[in-house]
Amino acid sequence: MKKDINSLSPEARAIIRAQVSRRSVLAGVGAVSAAGLLAACGTGSSTAAKVAVDVSDTEKIVRWANWTYYLDFDEASSTNPSLLQFEKESGIDATYDEAIDDNNTFYGKVQGQLSIGTDIGYDIVTPTDWMVGRWIDQGYAQKLDPANVPNKSNIRESLSNVYYDQGRQYSLTWQSGFAGFGWNTQKLPKGVRTMDDLFSPANKGKVLVLSELRDTIGLILLSQGVDPASNFTEDQYMNAIDFLKGKIQDGFIRQVKGNSYTEDLQRGDANAVIGWSGDLFGLRQDTDGKFDFAIPESGGMLWSDNVLIPSTSTHKKNAEKLINYYYDPVNAAKVAAAVVWVCPVEGTQQELAKIDPKRAESTFIFPDAATLAKVKVFRSLSADESTKFQTAFDEAIGN
Amino acid sequence: MAFLHAVSTGKSATKSVLKSRSLTPYLLLAPGLIWLVTFFIIPIFSLGSTSTMVRPEGAQIGVYVQELRFANYVDAFLANQDQYIRSFVYAGLATILALLIAYPLAYAIAFKSGKYRNILLVLVIAPFFTSFLLRTIAWTQILADSGPVVSAIKVLPFIDDLFRINNTSTAVVIGLAYNFLPFMTLPLYASLERIDPRTLEAAGDLYANGLTTFRKVTLPLSMPGLVAGTLLTFIPAAGDYVNAAILGNPGTKMIGNVIESRFFAVVDYPTAAALSFTLMATILILVTVYIRRSGTDELV
Repeated sequence: MKKDINSLSPEARAIIRAQVSRRSVLAGVGAVSAAGLLAACGTGSSTAAKVAVDVSDTEKIVRWANWTYYLDFDEASSTNPSLLQFEKESGIDATYDEAIDDNNTFYGKVQGQLSIGTDIGYDIVTPTDWMVGRWIDQGYAQKLDPANVPNKSNIRESLSNVYYDQGRQYSLTWQSGFAGFGWNTQKLPKGVRTMDDLFSPANKGKVLVLSELRDTIGLILLSQGVDPASNFTEDQYMNAIDFLKGKIQDGFIRQVKGNSYTEDLQRGDANAVIGWSGDLFGLRQDTDGKFDFAIPESGGMLWSDNVLIPSTSTHKKNAEKLINYYYDPVNAAKVAAAVVWVCPVEGTQQELAKIDPKRAESTFIFPDAATLAKVKVFRSLSADESTKFQTAFDEAIGN
Repeated sequence: MAFLHAVSTGKSATKSVLKSRSLTPYLLLAPGLIWLVTFFIIPIFSLGSTSTMVRPEGAQIGVYVQELRFANYVDAFLANQDQYIRSFVYAGLATILALLIAYPLAYAIAFKSGKYRNILLVLVIAPFFTSFLLRTIAWTQILADSGPVVSAIKVLPFIDDLFRINNTSTAVVIGLAYNFLPFMTLPLYASLERIDPRTLEAAGDLYANGLTTFRKVTLPLSMPGLVAGTLLTFIPAAGDYVNAAILGNPGTKMIGNVIESRFFAVVDYPTAAALSFTLMATILILVTVYIRRSGTDELV
């Protein structure tokens, strides 16, 4: 939906975005005040989470929690045409909820219910790679039945085997994207290709970086010659943290934030950012090239959001049918025609060429081998590392 | 209690009626009590119990076991004392700023507004018709580097070209003061409005000038509103994290931001719980001292 929302006026966009982030902040308010209650539910839970009984045959519904602007959207009718098509073909009523604004916030919101086996209200959730690993490890995911998802074999080769889900038993990629540099082409006509460009004196106090640890630290590690996909050491990680801390204390980094960094760019409060490909390409399209994106010379980060069926889902078969539907290249092309993220379904390029031939050539929707060679996936962190590394990151960004 | 007394002395009250009637106050209290127990007392114990838990080495994320480790409080405080102190400093500054704006406003509405009084009161509450978050985000537009406020200030001499307000502590305090302004204004208005104008006339008859009248009559009589207003502003401001998240920078984070981060990002429930508890206790102590010293028994 990047394309559609970005065609709106900045004010309208701000309101839509604000409503989105309001949801997460409200969730935060509730969680902070009820922190103890939820925490008590969450603590001491074992991996043996209860798996719900599937009532798909009697209840023809499926409930999907996804990120914002991630599906084709028809402004006039306020509907998702491809999803309507699914409802028509399958007779299953689909509820689409843009409920995820942040991996950690969403996990915090539903973890208490998952641990005691109460319905979280969704049959499909869409977390990012490392978070998928957490759901699977904690027993909060249900295995996909290959018989119900025959289109599973259409997944891109490079995504078919991932560290957090060997053999893709539980999850399938929804969309992928790159983390790299974004900038205002009027203020920085030469562009940003290296960390030195990003932190050039002209950008003092005008740089934003992502609050997503794996993207921001991943890019810093790459610039320091460390491969974030490799088994890097704690010292190497802490070096990257020190670099980040230094740039914050020097006043180069103005703020560390999530999705809303695009507003700062548009408002002129930021010249350059560590940001996400799809956001910045959307902005570039709508502003006639006022903003641009590039994968850093030292390498970029690749991440994916993945569809997954929670252990508490009571409509597993319906969910599988929905996932199977979007793994049909014809339907995947409808999504690729609307959003500028990397499409995970083989054969979509040919289908998209029928709808929008120019778009089908984009290497940011269908990356070639040369593009893929420049990006890395952040390695999996053990629970101990995750706690230690996330604490260090949050302390560095002032929390 | 007066009600109970009246019932028990009622002439025609039979024993059974007496019994059921004596239950009435408790039944009336029940919804409130149940609410309080479910959403405050139980979570408080849960929070307290979580705060002393420990993460076993190698355990999964989010798994904690009870070890009654009270040192969690010391660790949590020492690691985050900057944000902790900052929260109270910002809340204090915002309260003072809100008071400076709200007192003249409430005074004007109470004494000088005439037929516009109701309209003005509605205008004070009007911001509540939109979301708290939208209002805060709106400030990022107002205070933007190329926005009206910064551009106007930059016209002045001696102002650095790098001058900005967004993402500074100034912006956070402005946001806090703005967001809680109605909580300051309304109690002040309620107190001022109750003042009998004849007391002010009497002060004048006794040769008090305007300033003396204000100092010796108006201000003391408005104290209950002033205390209530400052409390209603200071308490939520100290625990707020939205303003610091949206209008601040990494160096202006408040304790609410740390609690959110520990709870969601790090999944360190004990630290989040210990910080919440410490914040609650500190506010309770500050409020108690404040109410005692300001001597407004009406509130307690």
